[in-house]
Amino acid sequence: MLDWLKSPFLTFQEFVLLAGRATVNVVRRPFYGQDLFLQMDTIGVGSLPITVLIGFFSGVIMALQMSRALSQYGATGQVGQITAITLVREMGPVLTALLIAGRNASGIASELGSMKVSEQIDAMRALGTDPVKKLVTPRLLAMCVTLPLLTIIADFVGIVGGYMVAVPLLRLTTGSQYWNNAWRSLEYNDIAQGLIKPLLFAFIIALVGCLYGMRTTGGTQGVGRATTQAVVVASVWIFIVTALVTRIFVNL
Amino acid sequence: MARNEASAPRCILKFEDVSLQFDQPRPALDRVSFEIWSGETRIILGAAGSGKTVMMKIALGLLKPTSGRISVMGQEVTHFDERQWYDVRSRIGVLFQEGGLFDSLTIEENVAYPLLNQARFMTAGKKPTLDSVRPDVQEALNFVELGNTLNKFPSELSGGMRRRVGIARGSVADPDLFLYDSPTAGLDPITANTIITLLIKDREMRNSTAAIITHRFQDGHLMANFRYNPEKECLEKLAADSPIREKTKFMVMKEGRLVFEGSEAELDACSDPYISKFSMHPARKVS
Ligand SMILES: Nc1ncnc2c1ncn2[C@@H]1O[C@H](COP(=O)(O)OP(=O)(O)OP(=O)(O)O)[C@@H](O)[C@H]1O
Ligand SMILES: [Mg+2]
Repeated sequence: MLDWLKSPFLTFQEFVLLAGRATVNVVRRPFYGQDLFLQMDTIGVGSLPITVLIGFFSGVIMALQMSRALSQYGATGQVGQITAITLVREMGPVLTALLIAGRNASGIASELGSMKVSEQIDAMRALGTDPVKKLVTPRLLAMCVTLPLLTIIADFVGIVGGYMVAVPLLRLTTGSQYWNNAWRSLEYNDIAQGLIKPLLFAFIIALVGCLYGMRTTGGTQGVGRATTQAVVVASVWIFIVTALVTRIFVNL
Repeated sequence: MARNEASAPRCILKFEDVSLQFDQPRPALDRVSFEIWSGETRIILGAAGSGKTVMMKIALGLLKPTSGRISVMGQEVTHFDERQWYDVRSRIGVLFQEGGLFDSLTIEENVAYPLLNQARFMTAGKKPTLDSVRPDVQEALNFVELGNTLNKFPSELSGGMRRRVGIARGSVADPDLFLYDSPTAGLDPITANTIITLLIKDREMRNSTAAIITHRFQDGHLMANFRYNPEKECLEKLAADSPIREKTKFMVMKEGRLVFEGSEAELDACSDPYISKFSMHPARKVS
């Protein structure tokens, strides 16, 4: 029974240690700027098209689903408000994070995993660089910068998607009413949780990817296993954390 | 570059009852003790999984032993933290079994890596530039006869060439101890001999201290009995009384334990069935 609990507990402990070391390294020299920009490019710019696509369709689907319910209560005018609130509070951050977890937690885990099994991580330590500083910190920083930005873009494009459905397609409301309604409904509370969530998710995705990558054992097969585990674990934690954060904000 | 031959021998690496246990019931390393002195060549033999790589990683501080004491160059390093280890490691050259070349960097950047990243090459906290270390990098690559591959990537080279790049990267910072993990594994006999010739050449030029992990007894036999002739650019047999012969010592590992330590003649004379598998005489019996 204790053994069954031991391994997840140890993993969590490793996660916390890695988080600590990676964060402390942000302010310590040397600073690997080139690695940071490379990561911001692969994570941020590389994920932009798919984020826009998914953001747009989540807005479209939201407005379509809501149109029937709202028309039952004769409240079709509220479609802007509902789309905006659900997107900014929950759908935008969670969908974007899941997308980036699938795309980048796996990418990070497989890259670091291959480096681990070909002894490149050992070579780094043997030749004078700290792998946490050189590999983990740039990925963590890049993720913390790009994920909130991607989320904001997804939110905005999603609201545009909702507009496409609500105004030109189903004529539920007028354009100006949609935008007014969407804009006014957002409170500080919504924006705050809409930005805190992606920041927390960025920590989860980057660090889970790095942790599972750096713990890889057992050759190329191990790399595959590490990659799968990283995506699963990151996705589960995204849901747990969003539930916790939402719980806190509901009470505010 | 050769160091003063007359300087008193120093103890370069010392293990005292070092053990390491992973999650498995059998320890990966079981109370291993030995010493390597300057100018020595140590050949480490042993079956797969006998703990050779683990031993090397402990000597580099990449793995922490569960018990026992380690000294490197006269310094007790058992309880060093990671930052103190960086200084120790900058005196040790290493060739990893899996290569450990950085795929995302060119050959030049790979070989320059220790010079650019080790604290002892920094002046006033500033890293040297790639341009300023280019002569050293070029020299190291010329030594392994790969002087024209500077801008290639590791994936563009053959296995034997990658091994040689690894040797260049390990020797570029002129280490006091060189650890070679299976330098000839998975290579054809001709390429394997080229690699061993390089190690012998390196020993002669720098009077270096080395530990060589290998599965092939021939590697040890060559190291113990041959020298490099720079005029003819080939190996030649050592005189019977050459001091190099006794400076080449053999070690055999079995299931994490050190089961044999001694000269080539002693290894040949050993009758233990496991140990004698690593010596020349089964081959002699066949012929
Ligand atoms: N990181 C690790 N975690 C758990 N066990 C390990 C680890 N590294 C090595 N081992 C175990 O330690 C033992 C010794 O392994 P080691 O890699 O030193 O063998 P080796 O002598 O180098 O073999 P080979 O000749 O195949 O390279 C093996 O049983 C291996 O399974
Ligand atoms: Mg090995």
